[in-house]
Amino acid sequence: MTESNDKKIQRRQFLARVGKAGVSIAAAGFITCKLYDKQGPKAGVDIGSLVTLPDFSVPDKPGQVISIVKGASRVKAVNKAIELLGGIKRFINEGEAVAIKPNVAFASPPMLGATANPELVAEVVRLCYKAGARQVIVTDNPINDPSSCFKLSGIGKAASNAGAEVILPRPNLFKHTMLTRGKLIKNWPIFYGPFARADKLIGIAPIKHHHRAGASMSMKNWYGLLGGRRNIFHQDINTIIAELAMMVKPTLVILDATQVMMTNGPTGGSVKDLRWANTMIASCDMLAADAYGCTLLDLKVSDLPYLIKAQNAGAGTTDYESLKPIFATVS
Amino acid sequence: MKIVTVRRISQIFFFVLFVWFCIVSTVGEKFWQIRAWPVNWFLQLDPLVAIGTILTTHTLYMPLLWALATVILTIVFGRFFCGWVCPFGSIHHFVGFLGNRRIKTAEKIRLNRYRKAQRVKYFILIVFLFMAAFPSIDATLQVGLLDPISLVSRSFNLLLLPIVDKSINFISVSARFYEGAWLILAVFFVAILLNFVIPRFYCRFICPLGALFAILGRFAIWRIGKNKSECINCKLCEQSCEGGCEPAGKIRISECVLCFNCRQDCPYDIISYQNKSSLDGEITNPDISRRGFVLSLVGGIVAVPAIRLSGKLAGNWYHGIIRPPGALPEEEFLKRCIKCGQCMRICPTNVIQPGGIDGGLENLWTPVLNNRIGSSGCQLNCVACGQVCPTSAIRPITLDEKKGVGEFAEVGPIKLGTAFIDRNRCLPWAMDKPCIVCEENCPVSPKAIYTQEIFETIREGILTISKVSGNVIEVQETIMPERFASGDYYCVLDGQRRKIKANTEDAIEISFDEDIEKIPAAGTKIEVQVRLQRPYIDIEKCIGCGVCEHECPVSGKKAIRVSAEGETRNSDRKLLLKS
Repeated sequence: MTESNDKKIQRRQFLARVGKAGVSIAAAGFITCKLYDKQGPKAGVDIGSLVTLPDFSVPDKPGQVISIVKGASRVKAVNKAIELLGGIKRFINEGEAVAIKPNVAFASPPMLGATANPELVAEVVRLCYKAGARQVIVTDNPINDPSSCFKLSGIGKAASNAGAEVILPRPNLFKHTMLTRGKLIKNWPIFYGPFARADKLIGIAPIKHHHRAGASMSMKNWYGLLGGRRNIFHQDINTIIAELAMMVKPTLVILDATQVMMTNGPTGGSVKDLRWANTMIASCDMLAADAYGCTLLDLKVSDLPYLIKAQNAGAGTTDYESLKPIFATVS
Repeated sequence: MKIVTVRRISQIFFFVLFVWFCIVSTVGEKFWQIRAWPVNWFLQLDPLVAIGTILTTHTLYMPLLWALATVILTIVFGRFFCGWVCPFGSIHHFVGFLGNRRIKTAEKIRLNRYRKAQRVKYFILIVFLFMAAFPSIDATLQVGLLDPISLVSRSFNLLLLPIVDKSINFISVSARFYEGAWLILAVFFVAILLNFVIPRFYCRFICPLGALFAILGRFAIWRIGKNKSECINCKLCEQSCEGGCEPAGKIRISECVLCFNCRQDCPYDIISYQNKSSLDGEITNPDISRRGFVLSLVGGIVAVPAIRLSGKLAGNWYHGIIRPPGALPEEEFLKRCIKCGQCMRICPTNVIQPGGIDGGLENLWTPVLNNRIGSSGCQLNCVACGQVCPTSAIRPITLDEKKGVGEFAEVGPIKLGTAFIDRNRCLPWAMDKPCIVCEENCPVSPKAIYTQEIFETIREGILTISKVSGNVIEVQETIMPERFASGDYYCVLDGQRRKIKANTEDAIEISFDEDIEKIPAAGTKIEVQVRLQRPYIDIEKCIGCGVCEHECPVSGKKAIRVSAEGETRNSDRKLLLKS
């Protein structure tokens, strides 16, 4: 038995249906036109827009470029060293945000000297606030687990007790950069976020033996700004360090040679690896600081090709004598 | 306040507390980090963990004493833990409620009736306990596979937390990874989804802890029951019965989880929590048939030797099972590990991972180090995993013991394994490229990785002099500008090796350090060499921490890899003749 459907469709119903169908077709058409991609995907990945690290340097003052202070107390020595360059106010203006980049590479206690000294970092934070800094940021992108590095090195606590904001390398703080005259730093991610917010930049590094590079000092300290698989740069360690010196233009670097890691670097691991040199270097020219640092590691400037490379690229001078370093001693 | 309201508050309180403990299982000093939070408390309350380890080790590890409190309370009050405390139970309770709240009362009553299959949980319990019961034959603690507290800890810590934190990076600076988490996820979500089939499916049919409580609670002093004879057998009391214990008829005490819904739902106030037996009688014993009992008992006893036929605890042990520092010898370890994942959660570097079955079935979800995951191998100055391990499968060691200093100087450091260099993949070994990232990152002092300097003549490295002026050697061949300028290249001339400073297309500038004494004639050959530092492992010093493996720039299959040979916890796996 069949039933015929003799119910006729109403005109009104039909028109409504046609209307809805029309809108649906229009929507499908609209979306298609909007999203139509004639080329398909290009090779490579989109890395977003490139960033450039700002220039943090302050104007030159001949005769006040580098100071070298002897003394066992880091706090006294760093105060003296900065004072000799014209005082902290020369570097930090009222209301500025300061980024401090200590070496926090390893999850290792302060006594082993594999990382920047926490008291020294705290003292520099305090000095910045004394100069009227609005905000002081302490940050690094360590090799070992970041939280553990800031914790075990004592830097996290010392810095935040001194009033600094400690910033850990979260993924969203990395941006790609391009070093114009660089061979290696091309479309490479760097730890950019904290530095983009800063007006001034101070590097704080210990002097350490480094089996591959020869020495790790204030220039090598900027390795912490590299993101991504930065280990592959070890195939050409001298070029990458020289390029870092070209890329980063700090306000000031502080090279701490109170204790120098003579062997087993850059991790150390034993107090036996350290030697007291009781020296604190503050410098506007990091090449000069590192060149002086060489003497404390019993190295010649020519033993560190990256120094020559950076000098040739115009990042500074290794002839620290020519800058007339100011020597002093604190008790 | 109504008793079910009190019960709900209790469930919410313990659930929130549980989640809080998951969050604070983070190394750090902030209030929401580990500090002194008793993050293992739920695991310690769990008598299945306590009884399991008692069976395998014949001792009760001190923190597990909490379980005694649960046991005593259960003996007095019945399965209060299931209905009032268990965070996993509360999830099931809530999901079961959500899934079935719109169905008709008659359907609800049908859904919550007792089923014979509820005895399966007893068989599971018996199998697990007998797998653990005879250490003299072979014993393994596998309760953690299905123990609800282990299961829910694992699921929250290794799945839900990392997923939630992935986008906000609040708990961890960078994303956490857990290998094989899909299986943990599958088990967790299947258990949750089964509530849509039957409410509290897991609790009724599977949960070995619930089974244990059922047995412990059979002499409970107070129990649910009818107190008046006016019952018209409307069965409304069974519409929301969480345990499926049939309070309308002869109540099955062993299945009752003390949800008190029956008391709430009875229109005649006939049901109460009392020390008398129910007026219509009760069944106190779990519904286990003798045949079922014997079968599961035999199954349990035979299972362990059967699993171990694989030889994974003998000569066929798997080198990829690198246990956290302080882990007991493998056989002892397997008697204690409950697969709760606390060590994997606390590990600040995320290197501790849930194991797969490569190392044998028993290895599933036990802690294994995977140096490719996480922020940096096993950190030298960290012993967090042993501090949180609830059963001491990983002993709570000190830093001195881990590093072999102080009073442990004689014994030496704890070795997790040994690093091996794959010379076919290593850049300086296989490709004549400088690298030694592994050496640089080795945290041992003196380093366990050392290098030997070698100069290798490079491909097409023999060049012909056309002219020498000062320290610039012009050559007849064409070279790529700056190719030898990295500071790693040398030029052998006159039997003397000199560092190359720079090069152009047809000239090499060598270091000024030593002047060229005798200007060589045109046509003389020079050799360009690359200076390499090739890494070697000092097996006596290597502690197997895996930092080298983590940092190795050969990022696919690493050119330096740790395997478990030489681990100190198993003396029969040592590598060297010397102690």
